[in-house]
Parts: sequence; structure tokens; C-alpha cells
Amino acid sequence: MQSLGELLSRGLNLPFPGPVIGMLLLLMALRLPVVHEPVAACANFLLSHLSLLFVPVGVGVMTHLGLLGQYGVRMALVIVLSTWCGLAVTVLVLRAFQRRNANDA
Amino acid sequence: MPKFVELWVYLSATPLFGLTATLVVYVLAQALYAHLNQAAWANPVLWSVVTLASLLTVTGVDYPTYFSGAQFIHFLLGPAVVALAWPLWERRIALRQHWRALLAAATVGGVAASGSALLLGWLVGLPTDVVLSLAPKSVTAPVAMGIADKIGGIPALAAVFAVVTGMVGALSGKALFGLLKIPTDAHGWMARGYALGTAAHGIGAARAMQVNADAGAFAGLALGVQVVLASLLIPLLFRLF
Repeated sequence: MQSLGELLSRGLNLPFPGPVIGMLLLLMALRLPVVHEPVAACANFLLSHLSLLFVPVGVGVMTHLGLLGQYGVRMALVIVLSTWCGLAVTVLVLRAFQRRNANDA
Repeated sequence: MPKFVELWVYLSATPLFGLTATLVVYVLAQALYAHLNQAAWANPVLWSVVTLASLLTVTGVDYPTYFSGAQFIHFLLGPAVVALAWPLWERRIALRQHWRALLAAATVGGVAASGSALLLGWLVGLPTDVVLSLAPKSVTAPVAMGIADKIGGIPALAAVFAVVTGMVGALSGKALFGLLKIPTDAHGWMARGYALGTAAHGIGAARAMQVNADAGAFAGLALGVQVVLASLLIPLLFRLF
């Protein structure tokens, strides 16, 4: 089921990366109750080991040590600050909506 | 001793080495993390990466050799993104109810993360291709690589930025949310998880899943939304300017 989504998505030349189209296709396919059980088992297995899947790319950091040595401090600063910015903005926007809903109710 | 060296040379040249090393190190890191009551600083991704990178440096195995084995794990990232459809489906009712708030938060948060990275990167004088690689940093690594490739960044560097971003989010999220006085009730967990998924993609989501099931689910949702938004908006905006 998932490899079908992957294959389909790779074949279509759209602006999305392949797996994203696969996800949208799977979301549509979930309207059919038949696929629920195998998809749930497979998805829960994959997602429970999600952090493991990032390790190989992460180790790739070592191949850019030259660039990191040159700009490392600045890159780290940019990443840390912008990540905090993203986290704070998202959480505050969502809280604002939640508070408004609570007031309406 | 020579026997051992020969054996090591043989083993380190086979794809099996990268695969086994990754799995063993990760299992150990995970065990340590569980042992330390899931303290944020003991993040298993961070320590697995540090351990493996040191291991490769000490043994002199180069990254392509390692990756020839580890790619079997790396490949699963694609299907994992596809698998995100499941948690989305499971929460379709909450999704339908709150879709405006969730979409607004994802858009504003994503733009804030990406925009601040571009602006700061430019301000501190990083080279253009490095700055461009920063744009998709809050999207999960495989997708970030695809986006960076489209807008003229360096895909490998984009993946690194994405991973580091995820770790920063996973490590500091709790402290930051505490500082912003986000509660730990149902609504609070939803907002915390969703923010982690938006700004720190899969690594943030993995952390959220370990801390609270609702936070994890909304982190997974945010990660999916962010993937769609970023892969649609970032290349589009860069084509306009």
C-alpha cells in the first residue's frame, strides 16, 4: 500500500516531494475501511521508531565539518534563534485561538 | 591481532557495518534515555549521531561507506512521511473542528521559522547557498533536501540544518514553553505538540510522542501540514522573487 503511494508519487511530476503525495494519496485511500488495519499496524510501527530514521542523515553532519568550522558558530546561532522563533510564534498563535474559543463558549 | 584487523577491514567494508552500528548505537542511546527518565538533554538522536560520527572518525571509515549500510534506515523516512496520513486520519474530527486555527498557526509559525532563519543568516553574512539551505530547515530532512534542491541550496546541508533544528526544538521546547507559561492541560499539550511539529518536525514530534500522546499526535499532524505548506510555498515564493 505504501510502496504503491511512493511509486505513484514518484511518477507524477508535481511540485511536492514524492512522500508528500504518497501521504495525501494514503489519506484519500483511508476512506476505504478495508485498508485501515494494515495501514495502522505499519504506520504505528514506522512512527514509533521515527527518531531512529534521522540518525543516518544526522551523521552526515561530519561530512560538512569544513563548512561548519568556518561558519559553525553563526549557523548554530541562526538555527537556535529561528527555531525558538518558530516554536514561540506557533504556540502563541494556537493559544490565542484556543483562548478565543474558550471565551465564545 | 592481525586476524582481528583483517576481520575489521572486511566487516567495515560491507554495508552491514553501517546498518548494525546504527541500530546498536541507537538501541543503547534509547536505553540510556529511558534510564534517565527521558531527560531532554539525553536525546537519543543527538547522542547516536555524536557516537557514530566519533566512531567513524576513530575507525577511519568514511561517510559514504557508512551510508551504504545506513541507507536502509534512511530509506524508511520516505514511507514514514507517507505513514503520517494515519495519525491525521485518526484525528480527523479534531482536525475538522480546529482546522482554521491549526492552519493559521502552521502558516504563521512556518513563515516565522523560515523567515527568521533567512534574515538572520543574511545578517550574519553566511554565503547565499548556505542561507538558501536554511529556508526549509523546519521541515523533515528528506523533504528539506528536495526543497533546497529546488531553490538553489545545498541538499546535504539542508538535511543537516533540519536535523540540528529538530534537536534544538526537542532539547529546548520544554523550557521555552515553560517560559511562555503554556499549561500542561489538554489544550496546552495540543499547542505544545503542534508547535514542536511545526518548528522542529520529526525529531520534535518524536520527543513530543514520548512525553504525551496528544502532544505527539498533534506534532505528527503539524509535521504533515508543514511538509505540505513548505513544499508548496517555499519554491513558489522563491520563483516570485
